[in-house]
Amino acid sequence: MSEIANTSSQSAQVAPPPGSLWHHFENLEHQNEATTLGMWVFLATELLIFGALFAGYAAYRSWYPAAFEAASGRLNLLIGGINTVVLLTSSLTMVLAVRAAQLGSLRALVTLLILTSLLGTVFLALKAVEYYTDYLDNLVPGLAFNPEEWRQVHVNPAHVQLFLVFYYVMTGLHAVHLTFGIVIMAVLAVMAWRRAFTPEHHTAVEMWGLYWHFVDIVWIFLLPLLYLIATRKTLM
Amino acid sequence: MFAEIPLFPEQASTHAERVDTLFFFLLAVTGAVAILVTVLVIYFAVRYRRRPGGPPTPRILGSVWLETFWSVFPFLIFLIMFAWGAQVYFVLTEPPADALEIYVVGRQWMWKVQHPEGHREINELHVPRGKAVKLTLTSEDVIHDFSVPAFRTKIDVLPGRYVHTWFQATKTGRFHLYCAQYCGTNHAGMIGSIVVMEPSEYAAWLNSHAEGSLALQGRKLFLKLQCVSCHSADSRARTPVLEDLFGSTVHLRDGSTVTADAAYIRESILKPRAKIVAGWEPIMPTFQGQVDEEDLIKLIAYIKSLRPGQTPVRTEDAAPPVRGTISP
Amino acid sequence: MSTLTAPFRPQALATPPPEPKANYLNVSYGVKSWLLTTDHKRIALLYLVSVTLMFFVGGAAATLIRVNLLTPAGSLVTADTYNKLFSAHGIIMVFFFLVPVVPTVLGNFLLPMMIGARDLAFPRLNLLSWYAYMAGATLILWVIFSGGVDTGWTFYTPFSSKSSHASVIPAMLAIVIGGFSGIFTGLNFVVTVHRLRAPGLTWFRLPLFVWSLYATSIILLLATPVLAMTLILVAVERVWGIGIFDPALGGDPLLFQHLFWFYSHPAVYIMILPGMGIVSEIIPCFSRKNIFGYKFVAFASIGIAVLGFLVWAHHMFVAGQSRFAAMIFSFLSYLVAVPSAIKVFNWTATLYKGSITYHTPMLFALGFIGLFTLGGLTGLMLAALGLNVHVHDTYFIIAHFHFIMVGGMVMAYMAGLHYWWPKITGRLYPEGWGRLAALIVFIGFILTFSPQFVLGYLGMPRRYHAYAQEFQVLNVLSTAGASILAVGYLLPLIYLIWSLRYGKKAGDNPWDATGLEWQSPSPPPPDNFAEPPVVTCGPYEYALGPGVRSQESGVKIPETEVHNV
Repeated sequence: MSEIANTSSQSAQVAPPPGSLWHHFENLEHQNEATTLGMWVFLATELLIFGALFAGYAAYRSWYPAAFEAASGRLNLLIGGINTVVLLTSSLTMVLAVRAAQLGSLRALVTLLILTSLLGTVFLALKAVEYYTDYLDNLVPGLAFNPEEWRQVHVNPAHVQLFLVFYYVMTGLHAVHLTFGIVIMAVLAVMAWRRAFTPEHHTAVEMWGLYWHFVDIVWIFLLPLLYLIATRKTLM
Repeated sequence: MFAEIPLFPEQASTHAERVDTLFFFLLAVTGAVAILVTVLVIYFAVRYRRRPGGPPTPRILGSVWLETFWSVFPFLIFLIMFAWGAQVYFVLTEPPADALEIYVVGRQWMWKVQHPEGHREINELHVPRGKAVKLTLTSEDVIHDFSVPAFRTKIDVLPGRYVHTWFQATKTGRFHLYCAQYCGTNHAGMIGSIVVMEPSEYAAWLNSHAEGSLALQGRKLFLKLQCVSCHSADSRARTPVLEDLFGSTVHLRDGSTVTADAAYIRESILKPRAKIVAGWEPIMPTFQGQVDEEDLIKLIAYIKSLRPGQTPVRTEDAAPPVRGTISP
Repeated sequence: MSTLTAPFRPQALATPPPEPKANYLNVSYGVKSWLLTTDHKRIALLYLVSVTLMFFVGGAAATLIRVNLLTPAGSLVTADTYNKLFSAHGIIMVFFFLVPVVPTVLGNFLLPMMIGARDLAFPRLNLLSWYAYMAGATLILWVIFSGGVDTGWTFYTPFSSKSSHASVIPAMLAIVIGGFSGIFTGLNFVVTVHRLRAPGLTWFRLPLFVWSLYATSIILLLATPVLAMTLILVAVERVWGIGIFDPALGGDPLLFQHLFWFYSHPAVYIMILPGMGIVSEIIPCFSRKNIFGYKFVAFASIGIAVLGFLVWAHHMFVAGQSRFAAMIFSFLSYLVAVPSAIKVFNWTATLYKGSITYHTPMLFALGFIGLFTLGGLTGLMLAALGLNVHVHDTYFIIAHFHFIMVGGMVMAYMAGLHYWWPKITGRLYPEGWGRLAALIVFIGFILTFSPQFVLGYLGMPRRYHAYAQEFQVLNVLSTAGASILAVGYLLPLIYLIWSLRYGKKAGDNPWDATGLEWQSPSPPPPDNFAEPPVVTCGPYEYALGPGVRSQESGVKIPETEVHNV
């Protein structure tokens, strides 16, 4: 944890930006430590909420491996793959943004925050397109789904639907988290432009950077578990 | 009037005494601890009540020895409780091999019982005294629970699965049957009776209502649904003959083995592609939607009874078939 | 050397205080100053009002249930209404009373003060917590009064996902939203305890109430998200007809139960740990003795929290899991009983050679020890597999958890409410009425729930709106007890509100207790302390006496507050 708040050692000497020190903290370093710990604790709860989904997924995959494999092979790995690159790049811009904050490079900070937010938005847009292709491909239980096509390849359509439900709920929950992150990055960009951050005081950037990386890591787990179960002949 | 307030359930099965003995042991130990703690608290609260001019309170911080003692000693008692409880549980969940088998189907809000000899009952279950009875239960909708307090048995009854419980009644009489897993509006009305009779009376009762055993009804279904068209004894058939199948070990395509029990038969009828037997092609259609739980019980009883040479001939007269579909 | 020798009257001020200083209650007025407050003390009061309201709504449901059970035919309400009543009772009492009450009312108020801080780590998050609670509570009240939900608080599938025609999704949504309230509170508490302790306040000088809140917060943080996700999956199944938990479509109803109980068992420790913490504060104070085995009690709280995550399937011994799994959960359930037992023994040993008075908080705390012990001991019975089969889903279970939650937890809450009432409001409650209430609650409780153990062993299932004839007498006894219990709960409602206006003004430390919260005025100023306190000794140095304490240990006790005999 100390690596993240490494620039706060000078905080005692440099005055904090006005209004940023809360009345019940001794000093800004104290406050930053608390907010950083708060973010880590929050991420622990997020781990558990996704964990419940992973547990359910693991149970059903162990019971119905064939159906999960077959269904997984029909997901749009092209978009999934591009999205992975997009999200990883956004984590890069996020890390660079934190570095910019540490160095006091205002323009770089604002630009990189905006870029992060934009890349997240690109992910969401591609995800929406992907959902649409899933719809066209009859992969939406309850809306567009053809049990017969699965029976013809000797796969239980009910089990395929189970896989697809987990696919939509897990990627949906991830998308919700990503949306929060996009909004927050935009807000941070505005705050940065209004000079709310200095090399000594920019905990908010680091903290929400943590959040962004967490959302990225969740996707890193989702990709192989959802898209890469089967050996594929096609990308989509 | 007060003499009729029941305070303890009667013991009507071999399980009851076991469970009650365990209960009394637990009651004795926990009761002793309860009394100990209550007496100590009250005694200390009175003996050490504040008195003006009383002695100063000592600065006692603790005692590692005491803490160890009252952590380890209770835990050892707990181990005994655990072991005894597990032992009784094993008896409760291990039906004897020669138990009488009866099938039960639960649905909102009634119990349907099917005896192998063919008797069907609603909300009542007749059993002989002194013989082990094994129940195979399933639900047609939500989770129910088959609870007979006088026998000290209870089991959740799940949809899509068979569960088992067993008991051996020791007294004749009529005993409460309750559904003990909340299942909707009339959960409190899903009750009935277990009627225990002397073995001779039970036999007489069986004879009086004979409408054909479960196995016989299953045979009729076997013909009606045209199972026999594939599963005939004709050596040119492309499907296994089912004689002596029940209870045997089946070798599956993927190399694993499975015992051909009731659950296996049920699954093979509803989801034939789930477990493909080695050496055979997966061509059996599913009968999901064409057979309900009671039909399945009859078919299973029939296959259970099927001995070599007993497979019906394909041309035997039967009702027109119901159309099947090719699906897993 | 104890100083509180006047046997029956907590110390009121001999002379009226000098001109009134600004405290958190009168520093600002107006609806906005309350609804937009970030002061943890005001937020605690906001919670007090809303949680109390929910308690009485849940209690009204319980009243109707018990009245309906006076007759075997259950003729007060229809079966459907009855099912909705017990569902409402369970949902409200579990999610909107027992889980939040002590952390959000007493915890919010006292945690910063007990560690010498000016507020929680994230005051605005605290306010958001309350709004989340209010949103959930409003929604569940709307659900209940607009048609109700009939799945029980346990929402078992496939009934909840396929069969029930009631407002299942809004009810689950209310619980999920309320759950976020708990998560935010837990997060706030954890960071506060880690980062805002006063100088000199090491972990092993923390009051045990703080330890218990910390352990509770861990559970809130790690368990609640799983519940949220599980209920969302049930909602998905209901809306789209996918068989996540429906066997007809390939799903597994037992998976729901595993996921549900993975939260709901630790939830019972969320409910009880803060109560135990309260008792750990009160027993030393009213015995004028240090707690026996401080570190053991502290570690027992953590132990209960950790082990509590490993026992969830003891709710499922007859549900259809393997015998092997059942054995493991039975064994672990016995293990988790050990830290609770340690606490009970430690409290009892604290009484030894104490100097004990019978003020209302102490009466409630002693009642807690008795009733919680009885309830916990029946838990040992339930962990025995062979017995569990017979009493599962009967009134034995109902009696077991009500002994712990009502005989235990609610009494602990009453104890804490009375103990800290002077600090929170600056007023003393009427001691005579307080003791009467404690006695009535105790008697009413025992009469209500003891017959239920008998009913359960006899086999009367739970969630039955009508029952077999032979159970009537015991049911009537239970309802009679419930009417007494209701009086016992209404009394404090009346006299506590009365005391706000007419109670004697309390001094800063009417109980002559240790603890940093007692070293600021009653009611406290907005920032809690004039200057941050410095701690140099443990939290329960009663035996040293105040004069000795202030000299040898440096704990600041203003001269005017040292009470001479």
